[in-house]
Amino acid sequence: MNSCLLALAGNQNCGKTTLFNQLTGSNQHVGNFPGVTVEKKEGALLRHPEASLVDLPGIYSLSPYTAEEVVTRDFLLQEHPDAIINIIDATNIERNLYLSLQLMTLRIPMVLALNMMDEVRASGNSIDISGLSRALGVPVVPISASKNEGVAELARTAVRVAKEKQLPEKMDFCSGEVHKAIHAISHLIEDQAAKAGYPTRFAATKLVEGDQPTMEALHITENQRHIVSHVVEDMEQALGTDREAALADMRYQFIEQVCRDCVVKHQESREQIRSEKIDRVLTHRVWGIPIFLGIMLVIFWLTFSVLGGPLQEWTEMGIGAFSHWVSGLMESASVSPALRSLVIDGVFAGVGSVLSFLPLIVLLFFFLSLLEDSGYMARVAFVMDKPLRRLGLSGRSFVPMLIGFGCSVPAIMSTRTLSSERDRKMTILLTPFMSCSAKLPIYGMITAAFFPRSGGIVMMGIYLIGVAVAILSGLLLKNTVFQGKPVPFVMELPAYRIPSPKTVGLLMWEKAKDFIRKAFTVIFVATIVIWFLQSFSWGFTMVEDSSQSILASIGSVLAPLFVPLGFSDWRATSALITGITAKEAVVSTLSILTGAAGDAQLSAALAAMFTPASSFAFLVFTVLYMPCVAAFAASKRELGSWRAALFTAAYQTGAAYLTGLAVYQIARLFI
Amino acid sequence: MPAVTLDKIIPGNSGVILQVGGEGALRRRLLDMGLTPNTKVTVRKVAPMGDPVELFLRGYSLTIRQEDAAPIVMEPLPAQPEKAEEKKRCL
Repeated sequence: MNSCLLALAGNQNCGKTTLFNQLTGSNQHVGNFPGVTVEKKEGALLRHPEASLVDLPGIYSLSPYTAEEVVTRDFLLQEHPDAIINIIDATNIERNLYLSLQLMTLRIPMVLALNMMDEVRASGNSIDISGLSRALGVPVVPISASKNEGVAELARTAVRVAKEKQLPEKMDFCSGEVHKAIHAISHLIEDQAAKAGYPTRFAATKLVEGDQPTMEALHITENQRHIVSHVVEDMEQALGTDREAALADMRYQFIEQVCRDCVVKHQESREQIRSEKIDRVLTHRVWGIPIFLGIMLVIFWLTFSVLGGPLQEWTEMGIGAFSHWVSGLMESASVSPALRSLVIDGVFAGVGSVLSFLPLIVLLFFFLSLLEDSGYMARVAFVMDKPLRRLGLSGRSFVPMLIGFGCSVPAIMSTRTLSSERDRKMTILLTPFMSCSAKLPIYGMITAAFFPRSGGIVMMGIYLIGVAVAILSGLLLKNTVFQGKPVPFVMELPAYRIPSPKTVGLLMWEKAKDFIRKAFTVIFVATIVIWFLQSFSWGFTMVEDSSQSILASIGSVLAPLFVPLGFSDWRATSALITGITAKEAVVSTLSILTGAAGDAQLSAALAAMFTPASSFAFLVFTVLYMPCVAAFAASKRELGSWRAALFTAAYQTGAAYLTGLAVYQIARLFI
Repeated sequence: MPAVTLDKIIPGNSGVILQVGGEGALRRRLLDMGLTPNTKVTVRKVAPMGDPVELFLRGYSLTIRQEDAAPIVMEPLPAQPEKAEEKKRCL
């Protein structure tokens, strides 16, 4: 059987992910589009194994401005899919059809999936399906992705139009002056378009719009450029408007006509009306922000204490028991102590401690996907946009940062929902400054030793310093590394809907898989390296006393660097190195290296190592310097490059050093 | 009524777009999202911190920032008394 490639395209919030999951089942794999960190999901069609479906990013237009739109356009023009499934929210048909009109000019077989038809009917409205199909010249299949209605029919139609190469019949949406201009330019560039693999119509329309990538792809000559601008000027003069507005206006006028003929809308959809009512509370002038903070508080409480705490403990216990069992097994098989130490102290201790975070991550993503899929996340962005704008970010970055207070790993992973690459990079860099829960044991250790009576104030201070460093960094980076125009904040507030269990479940599974893969690759290697440094001397013999280890000598070399921060003990610097595997390791390393049994002895040992001022500087440094390997691996994955990930880690460590320095020098004057 | 810019329309009131100013990516985005001339737009509300605004047009809600709404020139429609009243209550 001939294989065929289908592409799923549509706006954001139109049920595209749900439809993709219904069409492919759970048989899908996730990657990135080449060269960009835009997610690419691919899967075989259920009951049509010969057809594979690629989920294109959710976009509103084929303009050349956003990475998502460019990726979509490049994919459609270069990969030549056999058909496009264009999903449309039937309750919001006008704006959704705007993309359809642009897709239709690509000369690719296409089928329109009219989603949420159940809602249209339930609201007492109706759409003339065959009329719409005639008006647009493409097959239209009414579906309800969340109820899995019409999906099988859609798949059959898509495969059929792909095999029969049934092109959209109608491509002429324009009239009058725009029509004239497109025609004139079509004749001019026909050959070049064919050579570049661009459909003539699409290329001509794009040239009328003044689209730069098309000019380059077609190798438009200087002379042609003049003719094009002349044609466009004539058009603009005749219409009294400019090229971009003229084309947008033309498309919407055509759509309005189609809707007048085919859509019967007595009233706004029930979901739309319900959403407005819900928003009277959730985005209320006074209550909007408290309610949002309350929701986050409940999520944190559920994740970290009610559900996540016990789950995390069980996982730890399970891994501990398993490790114990393996240890016993290896002992009775008289495996060499070095190998046993590698497996137990290296792999089990390192990967195990990271894996115990898995329940927290899965739970957080459960709540996050509820927030995202219900439509609430867009409201959060709406409510919190103003404070973040000063940092050059938008309201969308608020949630990842907030999650950073729980755990940086899911926080960084969740930046994938940010639509702008610049915002994503900056958010990934700033999020670890929000002090995560794994750092709590370190606070406990230091406050017990130095600030037993003012622990609360010290902790509060640390959190505030983290936020302050993030704000300052945002301001600094906005004007240096992340210069350039932020993507405009023009965002749909989708109607509230009940999230589909399948979508939520698949997302949790996807994130869990992602994290486990990281645990056994990057984190696995990192923990073995640290274990090796901790257990061996430079002569590559195993040491009993950690003070003889490579780690200790690296710690000693680094120690003088921290004199300006008030501490220069090699044990402190060694602990900072092991802290890179997981932040709690700072505490365990310090207790091993000081040989302290119990908290009281540890406090005494620390008192000899630090002054109160330098302990505070140590604490500040620990909070701010590069996050643990799990978070580092997550940022490498989301940033898509080692270089960017290493820059991020270096920046964080640099910021930690400077802040620690400032804190120590100031604190010395007072304490 | 004299033309005003979109950011000056009081929540609860509507207008018809006369002209979409501005330039580049932002303007293109506004046009793509359906803010084209002759479209009726209702300003639904303002976010708690005074910005951005929520608009309602073509059967869906859209949020944009005040400064981005400023280049959009509108012909205001007469306020609908009962709707405006309702808005006041829920603000």
